Amino acid sequence: MTARPVVRALLGDGLARLCTALLAAVILLAVAGPLLSPWSAEDIDWAALEAPPSAGHWFGTDLVGRDLFTRAAAGARVSLTIAAIATLVSVLIGVPWGAAAGYLGGRVDTVMMRIVDVLYALPFVLLVILLVVVFGRNPYLLFAGLGAVFWLDLARIVRGQTLRVRQAGFVEAARAMGAGPATIIRRHVLPNVAGPALVYATLTVPGVILAESFISFLGLGVQEPDTSLGVLIADGAQTMESAPWALVFPALLLAVTVWSINMLGDRLRDEIDARSGSAGHAGTRGSYNLRPARHGARP
Amino acid sequence: MNQPRTGRALLARLAVSLVTFWVIVTAVFFLLRLAPGGPFDGERQLPPEVEENLRAAYHLDEPLVVQYGRYLGMLARGDLGPSFKQKDFSVNELVASGAPVSLTVGGLALLLAVAGGIGTGVRAGLAPGSALDRTLMGVAGLGLALPSIVVAPVAVLVFAVLLGWLPAGGVDSPAHYVLPPVALALPFLAAIARLTRGSVAETLTEPHVRTALAKGLPAGRVLRRHVLPVALLPVVSYLGPAAAAMLTGSVVIEQVFELPGIGRYFVQAALNRDYTLVMGVVVVYAAFILTFNLLVDLAYTRLDPRIRLGGR
Repeated sequence: MTARPVVRALLGDGLARLCTALLAAVILLAVAGPLLSPWSAEDIDWAALEAPPSAGHWFGTDLVGRDLFTRAAAGARVSLTIAAIATLVSVLIGVPWGAAAGYLGGRVDTVMMRIVDVLYALPFVLLVILLVVVFGRNPYLLFAGLGAVFWLDLARIVRGQTLRVRQAGFVEAARAMGAGPATIIRRHVLPNVAGPALVYATLTVPGVILAESFISFLGLGVQEPDTSLGVLIADGAQTMESAPWALVFPALLLAVTVWSINMLGDRLRDEIDARSGSAGHAGTRGSYNLRPARHGARP
Repeated sequence: MNQPRTGRALLARLAVSLVTFWVIVTAVFFLLRLAPGGPFDGERQLPPEVEENLRAAYHLDEPLVVQYGRYLGMLARGDLGPSFKQKDFSVNELVASGAPVSLTVGGLALLLAVAGGIGTGVRAGLAPGSALDRTLMGVAGLGLALPSIVVAPVAVLVFAVLLGWLPAGGVDSPAHYVLPPVALALPFLAAIARLTRGSVAETLTEPHVRTALAKGLPAGRVLRRHVLPVALLPVVSYLGPAAAAMLTGSVVIEQVFELPGIGRYFVQAALNRDYTLVMGVVVVYAAFILTFNLLVDLAYTRLDPRIRLGGR
């Protein structure tokens, strides 16, 4: 596999190093943040209602005196968890969909990708909002709904990659030996498209974080006493005139998280694109001279 | 271009759009009705007979399929029905009063995102790797990470509360239409700038561009005639999803800036189970997005003569 040279190339790049460090800091905050602070996310400090950042409360406190550092850490934890689960859902839908469309080809491919085209144009977050409103604030539904929105890009990418792998000698050989489509997709196609799929999956993480914050901002996502970056930003926006820190810190945390994952994902994608000639089975090498299939060009 | 074929293909596209429209209407209709609760379980318990009468008056006592057929029939006549909650208004009236505001904000934001994004992206893409390129793309990267839920409140705080240059909310003057479209457009402007930059930089290396330059054509002409038509293709295909996302974003923008658009109805009506009003907002959004996508497809065939509607 190509993991090692990719990692080495990224570590040689200042921007990527910075992003990795920032991301590690955010994850550390999300995991260990509540342990670092003497306050829990729900403790109320009656001596410091809506207090600015200080030695006792690093990010200040909110309207009812809760420690914002702890709450920001808890919010980041929730946002990252939702993003991870929703991304997993999108991988579970998008990768098989794209692989099946690309491998089976012909009419099946046309229909499957036309469905993706149609869904792509829908105001899907509206449907997610409807789902959440209608079926109650079940967080699992939120994950599933968001995942079901974000699989479209993945399906397109995986289909494009599959079209290239499909031509390879080893796939031909497997077919000649009598392997069925399901077996070939599982054993030969999926391992070869895993790298690019993984990269594009990282690029859906910031999208999910933003969508969750959007829905929570409207008061429809994560509910009190739980919190997320979107909830904190919404609360902070309410009190920003008297307590700007309540908006600034969560917003900064969200921006840093999204920005560093975006940048890192872009760099990863560039690396993978540059190296796609050597990705996967040795046997595919020759076939990568084929012109890459692009679904983006419309029918 | 082959005219009769384009015409027929356009009809086919229109048919696909209509089917999509029907799918959306149907999905939202049944989704809403599957939900527990109804428009009349309000704060005050109604006597059973009154509620019975209300339900009959709004045809809520009929089987769901009959109601669905009735709604489609009304929709075909352009009637969105009465609002269940805002009793003195029909959904048509509510939508007619709110849609101009929403579409103005959305349209201005789209214009800003496209003009600003392409302008920035071309600047950066013409000199890939330069200091200008790195600066512009660094800023664009930040723009992508700042969603409207952050930009909108901060813009209100800075420009309305602290500086007092622009009004914080409402729609009384053109000045009210400055901050909302800017806050809505920013992430999309950044996305279009990045897309354009990559595409322009890639197109510059293509043989037909090098040939044009080698023939001694002026750089401006090469850019307009040989680079942009190719480089803008991915941007054009991004416009459909971008328009859909901007309309969705207007739900937040209308809330922050207290705009009387249709987006703010959406969440409230869904929570209230005001079935017809939710449907009305969805119908307007869907119609707008599908029309816009058709226009994008047309623009696409104009830009790229290899692509014809219908043919693969």
